This record gives sequence, C-alpha cells and structure tokens, in this order.
Amino acid sequence: MEAAGYPSVDERLDVTFAALADPTRRAILARLTTGEATVLELTEPFAMSQPAISKHLKVLERAGLVTRGRDAQRRPCRLEPVALRAATEWLEGYRRFWSESFERLDGVLGDLRHNELSSAELVGDDLWTNDEQSGGAR
Amino acid sequence: MTETAMLSVAARNDHEIVMARNFAAPRDLVFAALTKPDLLRRWYGPHGHRLVVCEIDLRVGGAWRYVVRAPDGSEMVLRGTYTDIDPPGRLVQTEVNEDCWAAAGVDAIVTYELTDRAGQTLLSTTSWYPSTQIRDNVLRSGMERGLGQAYSKLDRALEPVDRWVSA
Repeated sequence: MEAAGYPSVDERLDVTFAALADPTRRAILARLTTGEATVLELTEPFAMSQPAISKHLKVLERAGLVTRGRDAQRRPCRLEPVALRAATEWLEGYRRFWSESFERLDGVLGDLRHNELSSAELVGDDLWTNDEQSGGAR
Repeated sequence: MTETAMLSVAARNDHEIVMARNFAAPRDLVFAALTKPDLLRRWYGPHGHRLVVCEIDLRVGGAWRYVVRAPDGSEMVLRGTYTDIDPPGRLVQTEVNEDCWAAAGVDAIVTYELTDRAGQTLLSTTSWYPSTQIRDNVLRSGMERGLGQAYSKLDRALEPVDRWVSA
C-alpha cells in the first residue's frame, strides 16, 4: 500500500484508538450516548475550561467519533456510532477464530497432560519424568 | 478464562498480524498440537467448524494441507510448506488460503515461537503478508464473515464513565 494516497485501516484505527485512550474523551462519548449536547453542556460536569473540552472534541471529530451540528449558535455534538463500532469490531472476527480454536486447544492439552500413555506415544517418554517424580499427573 | 489465557491480537508494522497466548502445558505438547494431525483435528477452527482434512509432511520443504468445514457446509482450503522446524521452540510455514478473497493465491509466512514460562508455554504467532492491503483485508475478512460481533473493547472503553452517566 506504499503508493496509495489514503491511510490504511491500521492508520485510521490508530487515530480512533488514540482518541479513545483519554478518560475525558471517553466521558464525553458516554455523555453523548444519551443524546446530543452543546460544548457548554459537556463542560459542566468537568473541572475543565470550555477551550480544554473543545480541544478534546476536536480530537474526537478528527477520529470521526463525533460530528457537530450546523446550527451556528449551538453546534450540538453527536456521537457517530458507526465509527465507534468499526473501531471495536475490526479485529474481532479474526480474534474470535483464534480464541475459540485456542480454547479447544486448552482442552486437548489438558487431556494430554492427564493421559501419560497417549502423551508418551505422541511426544516421547522423557517429558513425563517430572510428573512421575512428584507423584504422577493425576 | 484466567488472565494468563488472554489472547492478544494486533497488527504490527505494515505487514504483520501478531498473536500471543499462554497455555498451561509444556512446549513439547504445544508443539505436538501444532504439528500432529490427530491433535490438530481436535482444536483447529472455531466452534462448529471441523478440520475434515489434515495432511502434514513435517520436514523442511514438506507440504501441509487443511480443509476446514464451516457449520453451513462451506469449506476453506489452507495449504503451505514448512520452511523451519526446530522443536519445541520454533516452527515456520508458508500458508495460502485458497478460499479467502482477502488473500487468495498469496503466500503468507507464519512463524510460531514457543517460549517456556516455568513449565507453561507462551505461544507467539506472527503472520507476515506481502502487502499492507492484503494484511488489512485478512483482518477485515474475519469480521465480514460474521464471525465477530463482540463489543468488549467498547464496553471497556466506556466502563470508567458509566458511573458518571448514571449519577
């Protein structure tokens, strides 16, 4: 992708995850899950100035997590759930394939450890010396 | 699941997907589980999937071939060649997924590294793809197959502020 002029999925997600990494910004997102709000309304619960909150909002906007309304007076902030979902889902299918496979592997390994005979056949006798000395695997 | 059984998955640099997970078994057993067809058939693939073909010629230059059958009956063919075999610490193989649009016909290089952790095993898997585009597509393909709808990261991200919202 070196020649392409647009950021990779990875780079876009870096921006999103960086935006999510800050507790104030997560608090702003959590507030916005209950409905849109103005900067002033978002500032109230925090011991922070309005410019500081605006700065956080800009980071969230750049990450595509928040959009601002057109109303020049209020410019209400809204959550963009699709961007948030993309950030949470993109690795999950891949992860699920492997985490479920590996959970089954845990079971297979547990069986092997508790079945010295078949394990000895599979991987050799020397492996089980320690267990035998400590009274067996069972 | 205990903390030690947590699976980490991440995209690294422009070409790789890296995974790491701990297993409560010595390296010899984990290595066997990665290379013995009888064992692979018992664990490879998510719930409902079955490894219906598992052929392994475990020597450098030797071929391997898996056929994974999904619950809907569709099949995915994976195959490759072993390029480095050093039990119980290291296994390197090429991998072609013939049925995944994201990487059809592309050789990935998969490196398994097994590290001893006081009798347990840390298994690190690095999958290298020839381009960032292919790597990203492979990651996305999992989600488009509908395998994943988990919101755990979102839950974690929003958890610290739930109290404030409900207060």
